[in-house]
Amino acid sequence: MRKPFARNLLVSGAIALAAFATGTVAIAAGGTEHPPHKHWHFQGPFGTYDRAAAQRGFQVYQEVCAACHSLSLMSYRNLTDLGLTENQVKGLIKDISVSDLNDEGAVVDRPARPSDRFRKPFPNEAAAAAANNGKAPPDLSVIVKAREFGPDYIYGILTGYVPYDKLTPEQIKEFDVKKDDNFNKYFPGHKIAMAPPLSDDKVTYADGTKATLDQEASDVTEFLAWASEPHMEDRKRTGVRVILFLIALAGLMYAVKRMVWADKH
Amino acid sequence: MASSHGTPPVFNNKVIAWVDHRLPIFSYIEKEYHTFPTPRNFNYFWNFGAIATVMLVLMIATGIVLATNYTPHVLMAFDAVERIDRDVPQGWLIRDLHMNGASFFFIAVYVHIFRGMYYGSYKAPRELLWILGVVIFLLMMATAFMGYVLPWGQMSFWGATVITNLFSAIPIVGESIVTWLWGGFAVDNPTLNRFFALHYLLPFIIVAVVALHVVALHIHGSNNPTGIDPKGPQDTVPFHPYYTMKDGFGVVCFLIVFSVFVFFAPDYMGHPDNYIPANPLVTPAHIVPEWYFLPFYAILRAIPDKLGGVLAMFGAIAVLFILPWLDTSRVRSCTFRPIYKWFMMFLVVDVIVLGICGSKPPEGFWVPLSQLATLYYFAHFLVLLPILGKIERPLPLPPSIADSVLKKKAV
Repeated sequence: MRKPFARNLLVSGAIALAAFATGTVAIAAGGTEHPPHKHWHFQGPFGTYDRAAAQRGFQVYQEVCAACHSLSLMSYRNLTDLGLTENQVKGLIKDISVSDLNDEGAVVDRPARPSDRFRKPFPNEAAAAAANNGKAPPDLSVIVKAREFGPDYIYGILTGYVPYDKLTPEQIKEFDVKKDDNFNKYFPGHKIAMAPPLSDDKVTYADGTKATLDQEASDVTEFLAWASEPHMEDRKRTGVRVILFLIALAGLMYAVKRMVWADKH
Repeated sequence: MASSHGTPPVFNNKVIAWVDHRLPIFSYIEKEYHTFPTPRNFNYFWNFGAIATVMLVLMIATGIVLATNYTPHVLMAFDAVERIDRDVPQGWLIRDLHMNGASFFFIAVYVHIFRGMYYGSYKAPRELLWILGVVIFLLMMATAFMGYVLPWGQMSFWGATVITNLFSAIPIVGESIVTWLWGGFAVDNPTLNRFFALHYLLPFIIVAVVALHVVALHIHGSNNPTGIDPKGPQDTVPFHPYYTMKDGFGVVCFLIVFSVFVFFAPDYMGHPDNYIPANPLVTPAHIVPEWYFLPFYAILRAIPDKLGGVLAMFGAIAVLFILPWLDTSRVRSCTFRPIYKWFMMFLVVDVIVLGICGSKPPEGFWVPLSQLATLYYFAHFLVLLPILGKIERPLPLPPSIADSVLKKKAV
């Protein structure tokens, strides 16, 4: 529930002092732990996406997450941004079929094309909810931006499951955990509908990377971070140029301002 | 005022002279932005009017481009914003500029308001200038609120629900007003449509009021850090090149800070929940407005009664309208008001505390703190200001602006 005080001080400083600001409030409830901070390749002012990790992450998404979670804002062609060629993308999606209308207006299945949006696992939200105990699994297109702590939270959820027999009696009592419930350290309220999706060797990586739970979770987080903001590298590159230009311009402006004012001080 | 105001300029260019003889726009620019006599002693707080103007223009320019790519429909709005971000060429840049631009517009305006209050810029003969400024501030709040609804995320939807519901506190007609605002019986597609229309309209009304604000400013000229009026040409400099250059420098510095957020932390000022599509069936754990509304949100929640809270929140802005008459001091600038200076600084702290309270869930220790801070906010304007003007003994004022500048240099 608590946000670092220093940050809030900064937050409100903006109101008067053109400093930093935010209205963010912790969404976690009932003593949920903050997910541990992990270093991500895409963090920092010059951070970029780890292409190999994101490609492996796509494989995890495709083979595991895609069974329930849509990624509706992405198209298969977007994968070329991760360093894949068009032919490689075609190869990756050769077994995927999507529904379409044929010339007679009938719904048909056809092989996916790179221009298609990622296939949705359910025809609509009602069907998704019906297949998942009444609550549709969230779309993952912007999931990394849509959760506080972003990538740390996604990684935390994927690795934060605690089996029932490892819970303390206090936890079981406090959160009213039943034997069939999924307990997750980092989920607000702890009881999460999603069963542990990943485990060691859930997928077999083509590049020979050992598929541990930790590896799969961080790879798919890298992939989802990219999906949330595919243009991030472009943004940072542009930013460096813009700020260097503005600093140079400010220096010039200051020099001219001094000259103009020279006789008035 | 100064003599340079009287003689009309002579234009050598025949076309300019021809136009100016019929429509004196060039004379106007010459008079108001070139020779306009401006106190020579501005500090950098005086940059923020120009900075706010630049932000307004930036918001309108980016906003028009966004509007050409946006779809105001409850089923499509969220994805439309994401399409701008992903598929419109440089769309991410336009959107990041616009969404962070709102925050930085408010930062500029809050500093500008602080400047006006600290140096007594609202006092005679600039009362109307100040009141027009408060009108701009109100219009900005309405515009920003409706703009935040357009991406149709969870905070958009629930923020709109909470704020429009405030009007239901009005006795008898409240419920009808809310239905009228919504265009139905819940926040839904008609609400989104009208908010989009109004979000596009209001900025142009802001431009019109800003024009009046500038006209009013140019009648008596700017206030200055000493709060004393210019007494002759030795106290002023022509607006151009002295302040065009100084404002230009200030604007570029401001844009550097702005760029850090736009390019390296574009979502820092936003709320993660607004990346979850609006869902009328799921209420977020805490509904919070954008940071620039937090002090007013805290005042709203500090009063245990709904109607009382709404009245206090609007009262917090309404009190600014009568500020010129609440302040009874003969001296404008806090520089020469040894007691009020500290109360003014304390008001800044108070508003920051209110902002923090507004970001917290209304429980425990935050409730009495926000009530205390609300109490001070109103006491500052309604009790302290009128009394202090009578009992405070101001420091001796410098004989002239030029004198104060030259003395400072000698020290």
